[in-house]
Amino acid sequence: MSNLVTGKTGDWEIVIGIEVHAQIISQSKLFSGSSTSFGSEHNTQVSFVDAGMPGMLPVINSICVEQAVKTGLGLNAKINKFSIFDRKNYFYPDLPQGYQISQFEQPIVGEGKVVIDLEKGVEKEVRIERLHLEQDAGKSMHDQHPSYSYVDLNRSGVALMEIVSMPDMSSAEEAQAYIKKLRNIMKYLQTCDGNMEEGSLRADINVSVRKPGDELGTRCEIKNVNSIKFIGQAIEYEAKRQVDLIEKGGVIKQQTRLFDPKKGQTRSMRSKEEAHDYRYFPDPDLLPLTFTDEFIEGIRKTLPELPDIRRKRLVEDFDLSLYDAGILVSDKETADFFEIASKDSNSKLVCNWIIGELFSTLNKNNKTIQESPVTPENLGKLINLIDDGTITGRIAKDVFEIMIESGDNPVSIVDSNDMRQVSDEGELESIIEKIIQSNPDQVKSLEEKPNLMGWFVGQVMKETQGKANPKSVNELLNKKLLK
Amino acid sequence: MSVDIDNVKKIAKLSKISLSENEIEKFLTDLNQIIGWVDQLTEVDTEKVAPTFSSFGAEEGIKKRSDVISDGGYREDVISNAPKSEEGFFLVPKVID
Repeated sequence: MSNLVTGKTGDWEIVIGIEVHAQIISQSKLFSGSSTSFGSEHNTQVSFVDAGMPGMLPVINSICVEQAVKTGLGLNAKINKFSIFDRKNYFYPDLPQGYQISQFEQPIVGEGKVVIDLEKGVEKEVRIERLHLEQDAGKSMHDQHPSYSYVDLNRSGVALMEIVSMPDMSSAEEAQAYIKKLRNIMKYLQTCDGNMEEGSLRADINVSVRKPGDELGTRCEIKNVNSIKFIGQAIEYEAKRQVDLIEKGGVIKQQTRLFDPKKGQTRSMRSKEEAHDYRYFPDPDLLPLTFTDEFIEGIRKTLPELPDIRRKRLVEDFDLSLYDAGILVSDKETADFFEIASKDSNSKLVCNWIIGELFSTLNKNNKTIQESPVTPENLGKLINLIDDGTITGRIAKDVFEIMIESGDNPVSIVDSNDMRQVSDEGELESIIEKIIQSNPDQVKSLEEKPNLMGWFVGQVMKETQGKANPKSVNELLNKKLLK
Repeated sequence: MSVDIDNVKKIAKLSKISLSENEIEKFLTDLNQIIGWVDQLTEVDTEKVAPTFSSFGAEEGIKKRSDVISDGGYREDVISNAPKSEEGFFLVPKVID
């Protein structure tokens, strides 16, 4: 029951539902042949259809339809064989048509579910209400001119999937886990790249509070939350704001709020206060979207292995713990990296090195696993060098450091730096003899202080620059010193 | 069913159309006539009839195109009708939320 918020009048429960706008991976837009690529010169990817010119007619992109169905199947959802497009009418400068083509009463995908992964291996099911296809709007820039806003329509008409969850989440952690899981599933499916910074994945969060067991409270919708971290901050701020307001005798008004990442606060949006009245009606330019069962089954056959199934396979095939496998599959690229690295290497060691050394280095340098200077093949080779006793675990860390800096192959690093493990008994024995002879006092005290054995091991390691095989060193020292 | 003056004003506002008092009166009459006609239509029993979403047969299905880049790349043409533009951007009166 750690999900409750404590107010002055007792505990409150947070209720969260999320609408995700996910940009579909496609070459061209939903209803026109202009390019969807990100970061191009403004207004160069705009056709007359996207600019809302009179007389232009929309023609739907078949791939966008397939991507939506694929995503629906990945969310264990019902695919509607009959769906229609509606016009959602509102005026805004970045919406040149004066309406957005969307789906209102009959969306392409119906109810589904997503299993989210929480702390300590806890799982929770979040129900999906629907997924529908719609057009993205253009982009306004307000800081270029004192009295005008600049409008770029490159994004206008790009295909979006709006994925609406049921109000099944009750904490910032659950909401964050939901977004992570949804993003991960879509990345596995290759239907959305999930890049929140570039706006390919945007979330609107509906938050309300209630006393446990009460009816749902009035909700506020927070827009403009463009990172997992901000989603957490926005929910925590908003829930506290609502509890404080109600406890002071106030009433929550249903409204749209913006999250300000600099202040970590939400604030009411001024312009959209007017009651939403979108006057939806079926778009007369577009016929209903209909599918056959064969079409849906054909797409089902193309579904890749999804994260939950991959996790089970990693546990079975690579003998990993459920926990470790969960970390690996939570990011498709990490799981890919792992599978390549452990192809011919000890998979448990590979997993430990990815989750340990590699993650901490990548975090420190603010890099993703795709930008890792150490390739998965080279990590596999490093693991083999440890596994077959060529280098010690301690030296492996030094080799890894060099790999991070140079991107070099660990085998050549070990050779050129003379880092091979010394297991040769004769060589180790003579080193140990020398240490014993030059430290007679330590040898004498050893009888009273058995802990001094560690000191001797340290001396041998120092002498060999960490290359001595620890097992052989211990054996030899025991033999020589503990008669 | 019918609409009143306030409904007409609201619809005009949502449609971003400014109407004079005379025009409001005129639209009030027109809209009520249209609604009256629709009311008449609803007298027909359509209980067992599926809604029509298009006058073309839905059974033919929607026409789809393949996912290729075949349009765009003519910025000057796209912005040529804009009342105000600068450096290839449309310029509109400032809108900030």
